[in-house]
Amino acid sequence: MPWRLEFDSSRIRTPWWTPILSVALALVLCAIFIYANGMSPLTVYSKMVKGAFGTSYGITETLVKAIPLLLCGLGIAVAYRISVWNIGAEGQLIVGAIAATAVTIYFPNLSGFWSILLMLIFGVAAGALWGLLTAIPKTHFGVNELITSLMLNYVALLALDYVTFGPWKDPQGFNMPGSPVFTDAQSLPVLGATRLHIGLIFALVAVVIYYLMIRFTRWGYELRLIGANPNAARYAGIHINRHIIIVMLISGGLAGLAGMAEVSGVSHKLMQGISPGYGYTAIIVAWLAKLNPLGLVVTSVLFGGLIVGGFSVQTIGLPSSISEMLQGAILFFLIAGDMVTRFRIRRGA
Amino acid sequence: MDFVTQLLIAAITAGTPLLLATLGGILNERAGIIQLGAEGLMLMGAVTTCIVFIRTENLGAALLASVGVTAALGLVHAFLSITLRANQTMSGLAMTLFGSGFSAYLGKSISGNPLPGILPRLHLDFLKPVPVIGDIFGNLDVLTWLSFVLVIVLHLLIHRTSWGLHLRAVGDSPATADVMGVHVRLIRYGYVTVGAMLIGLAGADMVLTVAPTWNEGLTAGRGWIAVGLVIFARWNPVRALLCAYFFGALDSLGFRMQLLGSAIPPYFLKMIPYVVTILVLMYLGYRNRNKPSGTPESLGVPYIREQRF
Repeated sequence: MPWRLEFDSSRIRTPWWTPILSVALALVLCAIFIYANGMSPLTVYSKMVKGAFGTSYGITETLVKAIPLLLCGLGIAVAYRISVWNIGAEGQLIVGAIAATAVTIYFPNLSGFWSILLMLIFGVAAGALWGLLTAIPKTHFGVNELITSLMLNYVALLALDYVTFGPWKDPQGFNMPGSPVFTDAQSLPVLGATRLHIGLIFALVAVVIYYLMIRFTRWGYELRLIGANPNAARYAGIHINRHIIIVMLISGGLAGLAGMAEVSGVSHKLMQGISPGYGYTAIIVAWLAKLNPLGLVVTSVLFGGLIVGGFSVQTIGLPSSISEMLQGAILFFLIAGDMVTRFRIRRGA
Repeated sequence: MDFVTQLLIAAITAGTPLLLATLGGILNERAGIIQLGAEGLMLMGAVTTCIVFIRTENLGAALLASVGVTAALGLVHAFLSITLRANQTMSGLAMTLFGSGFSAYLGKSISGNPLPGILPRLHLDFLKPVPVIGDIFGNLDVLTWLSFVLVIVLHLLIHRTSWGLHLRAVGDSPATADVMGVHVRLIRYGYVTVGAMLIGLAGADMVLTVAPTWNEGLTAGRGWIAVGLVIFARWNPVRALLCAYFFGALDSLGFRMQLLGSAIPPYFLKMIPYVVTILVLMYLGYRNRNKPSGTPESLGVPYIREQRF
């Protein structure tokens, strides 16, 4: 054989176009399935794009969805920097929402400022605690964080069912599960007549802080060192376990903040389906962005659009989970692309 | 039948899909490949079974289709993790995400429709007179019996045959196996595919016994529990059987306590399997902190010939 494929393990950086190509390939793959199911892929995709970006309502809705994705994605990115595979953002978001709602139940008469501040603190603390429940088994008992964080997602979901069907059920809610509707003092301010709320500012501030921390602090340097070579970092005297706990606290706290912003800014009450899988989508958001802060902003808007577009295809009788399928396919092509670009064609036997 | 016998039967019924998925996971991981896509594979196995069963009314065709589809998905995971040496964690996650989305998409049209049948049961009348044994084993379905056979076959395969020796060698030290003339890639491809098929069968079992209908996301994390059970069972098929039934019992115990009018809200009872999974893994981690856990030594490490580790 005059030509052969050679694997170049020294090439770590992948070209900038792999994320774009993987999105394109995923679109093609899903188009095949849609076509095989007797639908026109062009109709479906144009419907999705129009739904997400075609109208000013669509655009603000896309941004509304991008807020939790950006916050969760940022948290996930922090953990992934040191190869802590947190897939529990979904549960961390839910407990954040529950804790923020607890403030409205137990302190109903606070002024706007204090009530929002307390909800923020509760939401972030609950999410961080949920992250800690993943970190401690990993650092002290060697339990794989993937399993723990995922199990805790189901526990959080059941806890949400419990409070919304049980003790916090709105007596005026026509027997529907869900907490009482928040007062204006308990709701985040919104932009004009849209649903776009001030959580967007939280998320953007968090992105800037993330960038500055990773780039310019000793902590960020240590994270980068652990990410590049954990053994070298250990020999250099860096406490990896301590870092695991810190990143999981941050990761969970950011997801908890996302949960608080969702109840206080969007749904204005605690209910089922507070998250249509934001925590899982945020995994792909973080991975597609290559953990890069600016990339995170772009990918979370893109995936916000994917969710909104997913909802808009329901009008032509397709399930909104079509966007989940696209997300999985994007991730497949992305990890494949990351590796394929490390092969080279060489001449010689 | 007394409460304990009923609980045992329920444990076996609820435990069989967990057992099949755990056995699939064991084969994957013994060969050195992490399979975190179990949840997605189970969902794809389940939805394929439902669609083909409703369309053809032929159970055999439905099972074959579900195994075929999950084998294909297993090959995708194998290609990514063996040939491309991609991140196995991410590949598994992608499988789970794609599987849950795609199964919901495929199953939309048949969601909630009843299946034309359930798994046939083996009525062993000669066991009837035996007290407890007769009640438990006299009326089990075919996939449960298949899972018993699989436990024995896989136990013998892994621990008593040269094929099993090759499998363990590939998972523990692929470089050594390679030097000894074992075809590392081929073996890994084979076991990842077969493992995925077993996980798909687990999904089929779920829809064909407990609630014979398709609902979006019906596995409710059982695939992930199976991933935990692989560790819990220390990569051993016989232990896998015990662990799967233990979790099956926990699952049905919660349900039964609800029926008995327990004061504990059902949401907390449903949390039990998830919380216990974490606690048990923590206990095992604590107890085995100073000794080898039984993890295949090259688990998750792509094998590259001529590379020194």
